[in-house]
Amino acid sequence: MPEGATPGHWRRALGIGLIAIALVALPFVAGLAGNSWVRILDFALLYIMLALGLNIVVGYAGLLDLGYIAFYAVGAYLYALLSSPHLIEQFEWIAQALPNGMHAGIWLILPLGAGLAAAFGILLGAPTLKLRGDYLAIVTLGFGEIIRIFLNNLNAPANLTNGPQGISNIDSVSLFGLNLGKKIVLGSPETGSLEISSVTMYYFLFLALTLLLLVVSVRLQDSRIGRAWVAIREDEIAARAMGINTRNVKLLAFALGASFGGISGALFAAFQGFVSPESFTLNESIVIVAMVVLGGMGHIPGVILGAVLLYAIPETLRHVARPVQESLFGAELIPAEALRMLLFGLSMMLIMLVRPAGLWPAAQRQGS
Amino acid sequence: MTDLLLDIRGVSKRFGGLQALSDVTLAVPRGHIVGLIGPNGAGKTTLFNVITGLYVPDDGQFLLDGKPYSPTAVHLVAAAGIARTFQNIRLFGSMTALENVMVGRHVRTSAGILGAVLRTPAQRTEERAIRDQALAILEFVGIAGMANHTARTLSYGDQRRLEIARALATEPRLLALDEPAAGMNATEKQSLRGLLERILQRGTTILLIEHDVKLVMGLCDRVTVLDQGRCIAEGLPADVRLDPAVIEAYLGTTPEGSAHA
Repeated sequence: MPEGATPGHWRRALGIGLIAIALVALPFVAGLAGNSWVRILDFALLYIMLALGLNIVVGYAGLLDLGYIAFYAVGAYLYALLSSPHLIEQFEWIAQALPNGMHAGIWLILPLGAGLAAAFGILLGAPTLKLRGDYLAIVTLGFGEIIRIFLNNLNAPANLTNGPQGISNIDSVSLFGLNLGKKIVLGSPETGSLEISSVTMYYFLFLALTLLLLVVSVRLQDSRIGRAWVAIREDEIAARAMGINTRNVKLLAFALGASFGGISGALFAAFQGFVSPESFTLNESIVIVAMVVLGGMGHIPGVILGAVLLYAIPETLRHVARPVQESLFGAELIPAEALRMLLFGLSMMLIMLVRPAGLWPAAQRQGS
Repeated sequence: MTDLLLDIRGVSKRFGGLQALSDVTLAVPRGHIVGLIGPNGAGKTTLFNVITGLYVPDDGQFLLDGKPYSPTAVHLVAAAGIARTFQNIRLFGSMTALENVMVGRHVRTSAGILGAVLRTPAQRTEERAIRDQALAILEFVGIAGMANHTARTLSYGDQRRLEIARALATEPRLLALDEPAAGMNATEKQSLRGLLERILQRGTTILLIEHDVKLVMGLCDRVTVLDQGRCIAEGLPADVRLDPAVIEAYLGTTPEGSAHA
């Protein structure tokens, strides 16, 4: 980095500092308007993690995956099964083996979930190595549906997933003895107290993991493997002629992308305390693909922007559509849900027409 | 013809009812530049694709540097030391020129996921070396000034050079160029010729498909002529251009005194 050694450096440090302060302050500011707004922030972070993971597969390696939510489901169900009474209630031998109940902690489940999702990623990647574009999209779409339908039906002969009812009573995350499921109160009533809600604590956990996955994404991008992914996306035959083992490199993309999904899925299950197959529909997969594509494929800031906008805009509309209409027209003319879908679809069309490379695509480095 | 880098014999390739290559023999002596010419549809590019593993041959023996190699996987052929360019340029369009060449270093480097994520000292050293070597190669082919430009935006001639640079980055023993001068004007051809001569001086052997007979005759040490999937002539350029079979293949007949191409 030869250019702008001092002023650029300071501006950069200042920018990072301001962003850090904003990220820390965000849940407290949102909390003033109600915990449901902090909840929206939490989910936005989950979606950012998902979008970052899918960005590896779709953005870097150019492999269109329409079944990505399956990995989120794998992570979520893994956490649910290993941190809820469900398995103990269903299987006598597990109950006997674990007299204290099933409480695998987050430290165990996060790596396990990432690994299991990666294995599922390879399971999906291996048979589809020769497929590209729309053909790959169809197979991955089928894969996503297969996982969901399995979860929906694996309540018989042995009740593994509890079928459409889903699994409840999932433990909340417990970090160093701190249960994130319960709010904590700092200080005493006399001196004035600060209350930190559960959703706020989850916000910081999710933020930490999002930053971790962000660093992993950035570092992979500027690496030998990252360049191999992009090379495959740009021209697979030329990539092979350069000695890239496209089979292995593609499987790596599938596995790594899937592991991001597994991590966010496990967090999702802990946060919700409940999972059911209907959280993992094709529609969710499509929304995540839309986040990556509308934001700017392969460009991390764009992908984050896409995830935030596509999640936050509909959620915000859900909250404000009715009051705004009532104050303007005296009545709710269009139901909030309909308006949401209408504006969502409209904005997607507009973005693709006006900015076909995404809202914030990678800069084209040209001109001197 | 003692020291052969590439020695292939009896290569056949059939696509359905079309016998694209039949019993083709090609010998490339080390440190030399060999031309592969022939009319359109003669099978030159098919032979290239067979040599580099893109097409699986029906038959044939392949020796690289005296050792048999089986051209069944493209990336293994690249690892064995054969790099190629493509007739219709196949760059990684949205990557910069530098990144394109850095991809070429892939096969000679080893950092994996863990190294990249943890930024281990070994990975950082390797990454720096990849960048420096890529820059040096861009310098060598004469487009170092374009390093940070997106490949897609380069001029046609520079794109051809970039493809050669990317191939050189794999440290090939044999550089296989598929019509590198196609679409170039006289000046560009002249400077391409200079580049190929400098590559030869570095000790890299070159196999060249080219339509421009003048370029081939002026540059190549030996020439093999293909027609309808068969070798019809092989030898020194001066001999080959006078070969009646070659003249017939190009012109259809053998009129007297037409050899002044």
